[in-house]
Amino acid sequence: MKIPYYPGCSLKTTGKNLEVSAIAAAKTLGIEMVEIPKWNCCGTVFSLTEDDLMHHVAPVRNLLRVQEMSGNGSVDTPNKMVTLCSMCFNTMKSAAGRVSRNAEDLVKINSFMNLEEDYKGKVQVLHLLEIIRDMGFDKVKEKVSRPLNGLSVAPYYGCMLLRPADIGIDDPEDPTIGKDLFEALGADVVDNPYKKVCCGAFHTVNDKSLVADLGYEILTRAQKAGGEAITTSCPLCAFNLDNRQKEISAAHPEFKQMPVFYFSQLMALAFGLGEEECMFEGNYVDPRPLLKSKNLL
Amino acid sequence: MISKTEITAKNEAFLRRITELSGVSITRCEQCGICSVACPLVSGMDISPAEMMRTVQLGQEEVTSTKTIWVCASCFTCTVRCPRGLDPSKVAEALRQIELRKAIDYMDISTIPAEEMRQLPQIALVSAFRKLTG
Repeated sequence: MKIPYYPGCSLKTTGKNLEVSAIAAAKTLGIEMVEIPKWNCCGTVFSLTEDDLMHHVAPVRNLLRVQEMSGNGSVDTPNKMVTLCSMCFNTMKSAAGRVSRNAEDLVKINSFMNLEEDYKGKVQVLHLLEIIRDMGFDKVKEKVSRPLNGLSVAPYYGCMLLRPADIGIDDPEDPTIGKDLFEALGADVVDNPYKKVCCGAFHTVNDKSLVADLGYEILTRAQKAGGEAITTSCPLCAFNLDNRQKEISAAHPEFKQMPVFYFSQLMALAFGLGEEECMFEGNYVDPRPLLKSKNLL
Repeated sequence: MISKTEITAKNEAFLRRITELSGVSITRCEQCGICSVACPLVSGMDISPAEMMRTVQLGQEEVTSTKTIWVCASCFTCTVRCPRGLDPSKVAEALRQIELRKAIDYMDISTIPAEEMRQLPQIALVSAFRKLTG
């Protein structure tokens, strides 16, 4: 499968470890992610007001790029695209849905963009996790050369991968996609009752303590459930749950820091890929001592 | 003695404006309070999400000066749990937009230390500016 890939801004900087590990892990599964030429910021948040079309121009421009790729044969998945960042996924899928349902919006945006080719409203926005699920987790299992035996993982989903229900990739109240994936990789999966609780999102900019309070709850509940590490698919959740452990430790001296992996880093590790692909050095809380203690490094 | 809340034309206009902006049938909220129980950020709010819905039903424009509308992070937990299928996240967004479109900022970018600015991911900065600056 050769599919257009939308990275988004943070995958090129703080979330580089998500991008590098995901592209390598996907390749192992036969999924070639082809970066969309001239992609632009998706806007990060989907504009929720009815009269705001302006902010949908950015995501729709990206959808048009995907449509062009479908037409010029550079990919073999007509009108489909893949994202890695949960927020990009949510914003792009929401915008794609709005213009495909509303012909008037589509006409207005097309005439504003004033490009040679109009966007036809057909692109399907997918998250890599759902492509993997649809391939079947047995396919994942087949590629595992270094099973993550003995590693207790608590999948964290956050908001943008699950909600609203018509956008999310799994049951918004009882998601299982993380559990199924990490079990296929050989890990011991534990259930964190706070797996769907918001990490505080953008408040990390204006109210660090609010984010640290939420992070403390999310991480300590995972620990109480027996988790040694948590996972995410979002560079903002990763920053709030990983980097903000500095603030959590300052507020709670007894707090024991724990690694936060991107789902794709654990895939790359289990698929036997090297340190360059796993990019553990990009994580704030260094996961390597934990992995070494489990003989996984 | 029965006390009555008088709904003025101004109150009605405000309810209409927020209904149009959010696309949510706000009058259908029956005040069950599930949104307030579901909200992970309610402890930092001055009025609960259900109270926010009620004040908009009554057309009370003062709701735009509550802390609540800025604390809401649009996590959509209330959205998936509302038994009437309403979306309080969208109502909070409409209320923020009323303020932001007046070019009012809810955060002061200049107070973010330079070191912090270097470390924050773009996803955090762009989303914060989109949600909290006009």
